[in-house]
Amino acid sequence: KNLKCVGFEGTGQYYSNLKSRYGNNIDTCNIAQLLAPSIIDLSKTFYCHLGVNVPDHAMTFRSLCNLLQDSVTPFVVSVHAKECAGVCKQNEMLISYLKSFFTLVCQATLTIRIIDLLQKCTQVSPKRKENLAKNDLPVVVIFKDFEAFNSQVLQDFILICSRYTQELPFVFIFGIATSPSAIQHRLPHSVSSLLCIEVFHSLSCTQHLASVFDKLILNSQFPFKLSSRVIQVLVGIFLYHDFSVQNFVKGLQFSMLEHFNSQPLSVLCCQKHEALLSAKILSKQNVERIRHLPSFMRYVETQEPQEQVRLLTNDEHVKEVCQKLLKNLHTYHKNYYPILQCLHSLTSSLPKFPLGKHIRELHVSCIEKNLWETEEYDSALQLLRILAKDELVAALRSCAEILKSANTKRMQNVLQQLEDFLGRLEALQGKSDSVSKMEYQRTDLFQLQKTLLEKESRRTKRMNPFEVLRSQVIDFIDSLVREYLTPAEFQPLNEVCYYSSSGVLRQRLNVTPRTSIQAALTHPFYYLKNESLKTNTGTISSAAPDLCIVYKLHLECGRLINLYDWLEAYVTVMSAAEDQDTNSEECGKFDSLKHARFIQAVSEMEFLGFVKSTKQKTDHVARLTWGGC
Amino acid sequence: MVSTPLSKWKLAAITSAPCGAYMNYAEGLMASNIPTSPQETAVDFQEMGLQDKLLRKPTNQSITRMSVTLQCPGYPEDTLRSLAERLPCRETQLATLLALMGQPDQYSYPSVFIYGHRATGKSHVVLSIMKDLELPHASVDCVECVSSGLLFHQVLSAFFGPDAAALLPRCPSLSDFVRLYKQMSSNSPATQTRYIILDRAERMRDMDFSLLPALLRLQELVNDNVTVILLSEIVWEKFRPNTGCFEPLLFHFPDYSKAELVQILSWDHHPSYTPELYASYINILLGVFFSVCRDLRELRHLAVLNFSKFCEPLEKGEAKESDIHKLWKNIEPHLQRAMQTVYLREVSSVQWEQQQMDEKEATTLRVLSAHAHIELPYYSKFLLIAAYLASFNPARTDRRFFLKSHGKIRKTNFLKKHEKTSNHLLGPKPFPLDRLMAIFYSVVDSRVAPTASIFSQISSLVTLQLLSQVGHDDQLDSPKYKCSVSLDFILAISRTVGFDVVKYLYDFL
Repeated sequence: KNLKCVGFEGTGQYYSNLKSRYGNNIDTCNIAQLLAPSIIDLSKTFYCHLGVNVPDHAMTFRSLCNLLQDSVTPFVVSVHAKECAGVCKQNEMLISYLKSFFTLVCQATLTIRIIDLLQKCTQVSPKRKENLAKNDLPVVVIFKDFEAFNSQVLQDFILICSRYTQELPFVFIFGIATSPSAIQHRLPHSVSSLLCIEVFHSLSCTQHLASVFDKLILNSQFPFKLSSRVIQVLVGIFLYHDFSVQNFVKGLQFSMLEHFNSQPLSVLCCQKHEALLSAKILSKQNVERIRHLPSFMRYVETQEPQEQVRLLTNDEHVKEVCQKLLKNLHTYHKNYYPILQCLHSLTSSLPKFPLGKHIRELHVSCIEKNLWETEEYDSALQLLRILAKDELVAALRSCAEILKSANTKRMQNVLQQLEDFLGRLEALQGKSDSVSKMEYQRTDLFQLQKTLLEKESRRTKRMNPFEVLRSQVIDFIDSLVREYLTPAEFQPLNEVCYYSSSGVLRQRLNVTPRTSIQAALTHPFYYLKNESLKTNTGTISSAAPDLCIVYKLHLECGRLINLYDWLEAYVTVMSAAEDQDTNSEECGKFDSLKHARFIQAVSEMEFLGFVKSTKQKTDHVARLTWGGC
Repeated sequence: MVSTPLSKWKLAAITSAPCGAYMNYAEGLMASNIPTSPQETAVDFQEMGLQDKLLRKPTNQSITRMSVTLQCPGYPEDTLRSLAERLPCRETQLATLLALMGQPDQYSYPSVFIYGHRATGKSHVVLSIMKDLELPHASVDCVECVSSGLLFHQVLSAFFGPDAAALLPRCPSLSDFVRLYKQMSSNSPATQTRYIILDRAERMRDMDFSLLPALLRLQELVNDNVTVILLSEIVWEKFRPNTGCFEPLLFHFPDYSKAELVQILSWDHHPSYTPELYASYINILLGVFFSVCRDLRELRHLAVLNFSKFCEPLEKGEAKESDIHKLWKNIEPHLQRAMQTVYLREVSSVQWEQQQMDEKEATTLRVLSAHAHIELPYYSKFLLIAAYLASFNPARTDRRFFLKSHGKIRKTNFLKKHEKTSNHLLGPKPFPLDRLMAIFYSVVDSRVAPTASIFSQISSLVTLQLLSQVGHDDQLDSPKYKCSVSLDFILAISRTVGFDVVKYLYDFL
């Protein structure tokens, strides 16, 4: 008598937006695709356990919905908690949704008998009937945000549906953001016993981010790159604030937009041959821009004096050099990523992760500074130098695998050397196996000390062949790192590809509405750009808008503000502007115009949420923010 | 003048039904009210004679009950017999109900109220009678009836066809229903008693207050041979409206005894095994679960879940069907493990079997423990911790916890009397947003800009029901929240961010 319920997770569609932009075919690994055929066989309940990244859910469910409609059943309804305030409402939703599958115009206005309606519907559509046996088609109801549903509504809905499972199979998909125990919190046993539950877990969002990162950022195919600061901002927003891969991708898109918009030299940021072509036809202005690039200036300084002069005067020569440099940049990227992956696979198994658990951390530190100058790198190398043989061999094997996919000549060389090392290590294995028999004997404390001391002295003196080979391998890796993992900032013309203004990005993506309102009120010049508004900090300019004056005056007050005092202070400021004699009778008096302006400003303050009316004291308003000027 | 229910009852009895039916009814009531002897609840296999227990066959008691013959004039006898066979362990209730209904053309008692625990066969018995004897009836689940109009609609369309139901006005009142019913029944007067069966009748209490009293004496109102049967899990005392109403006949469905459960559960035995084997399996199962669970539905679920495991030695050829002892040894640890998740229904049978497969790797149930944690962004975790602190610490103590130079305030000195009780016993207290943010900024170790996403995290915590919003007015100025997570949860969260939450909790000073 169980209700049929199915759930799954769809992941990996997040790149779809980017896909069109890059025109690149990124595989969307969709678990739902794997599951879809099995839905008809299974008569079970499935719960979809997703992370808390709410913006991502909509996308997941949309693709899941489409997938189900294509492959399993046309009756897929996805409901949102906001739309289902009551059972009635929910049924209406369901019915209207199902109705839309058919051409039939139903007379039934508000009837709860979903079944009658459905049977009417299925009878009327002969086309569908032919294709699919009616009874096998489950009605899938997707509850997008299970937590937000009113539990009473949900219980009633399940009870009602359970009455009709004989005639029509129902499948529920609950999207759960917290933990599966939410089911027990929301549904009593009498209801949950009607369900047959299966739990699915989506990829954790950090794993998800890692896969997006691998495909979009740690990839030499895309010419657009992010600087370390920008990556830190984007990843920071992800980890600290929202766990949303979709937002991460949006941030990426935004930075791309910003880069192409703000950097004129981004015409060179495209695939290699196109970049070379456009380098040939650079405009005079752009050549001048290239000369002003810090990385290019650094490059010029390293050249011979004659060459320097040519670079600074001859445009054509700059274009040629530019082509050469662009080529270099591309080869740098091609070599950089395989070596980065190798280093990561070597160091990711080390205890305490000296170079970071994730490859993105390693990437950030590589493009930021010389990796080999950091302490972390030293400690990682030291740990590598004491690796056991089997661990070392395994790590080198995985490196070789990575290098096989890289297709530049230099990487093939590296691969050759690596395989050479591997061969020598294996040869060693055969030898050492025969020697490695250990003899155990009783030792007293004195003897132990002696042998330990001996060992200590021996270690410093001579190493066994494996140790010699191991240090050679590590030196080799070190040399690779020094050669290929140089920071991108040192590459000439890196500004063409790298977007580096992290400040702008932070301002745009991680907005602080309150700070900007306060900034606008204290420094109106910042937004209004009126010369008369320029003031020293601390003084109140009477030329400022009324709201700013009122705001600045209210900062000096405590929790409760006397409206009359406030008004008087306001009038004083205003009249100071009119250069009135402070001794004249007019001072301190105010006309109705000022009064009205003041009242308006105060109501605007209330609208902005800085003050509110209070009943504690007459003629007072309460401050809602704290802190003085 | 208010007539007493008794006089009404008499009136109804005299005018409508023959006395014999009520005599039978009284007997049936007597039989059904005999208290079943309390079965032993605590089960200890070591103490009880194991062999004896396992081989216990369905008891004599239930077999004698099977032989009760149903005699009810006016209904075909073989239908009655098959009905009795299909409803095991409910013979007395069946007989009583039939007696109560009397012959098809006789007037029956206006309303009957049937109550009993979940899964005691209330609706099953009633609906089987209706269907098998082909009596005119309208079965309505009150959960579906969000308005009384739906109820009227369903009743009318069941008795007089959908055309009659279509005559109901858009928002029908009770009098519309009665008027239409009268009109229809005058066209086609009842040759047999019509029955209206209202399942989950407790929902009726939330509907229009006049509906229940009116339905209870519907027979009088419409002047037709109609009986309303109410089915509910709770007792009549909780229904009675304070204005008084016609008292229905009360009829209790008692819980199944252990022997009856064995008998019922043995019904769905596996076709490839003998019924005896299945019966002994059920005996073992009940021996473990009977002390914690008597719900037939749950027990059936458990029986299906574990039977394949029980049969495993048989399939492997390690044991024969007679080797009950060996089989028991094999199944017992699994049942004990299943005991931990009884009622939870977290996993389907397929997943359960998978778990049983790789039990060697994980001894504890993975679904329960491993996924109990929740992934949250870094600042959300701190917001939740701050909310917890704000909810469980008195506001006056914030100075002590979050100010660097708070001086030495001893706990005992500045306590008020009511604060001496543990805040954790009193539950979370509401706090304003300002306080939450103030604690958040002092708890989180880095400088955090008050960005829009910080505030949106609060609202997403509310959607996840980790926080709950208190009160509905004044939402823009100073919203108030409560933290609705447990101490264990917050300890786990704070461990992931390396924050010692206990140090900041006033209760644990």
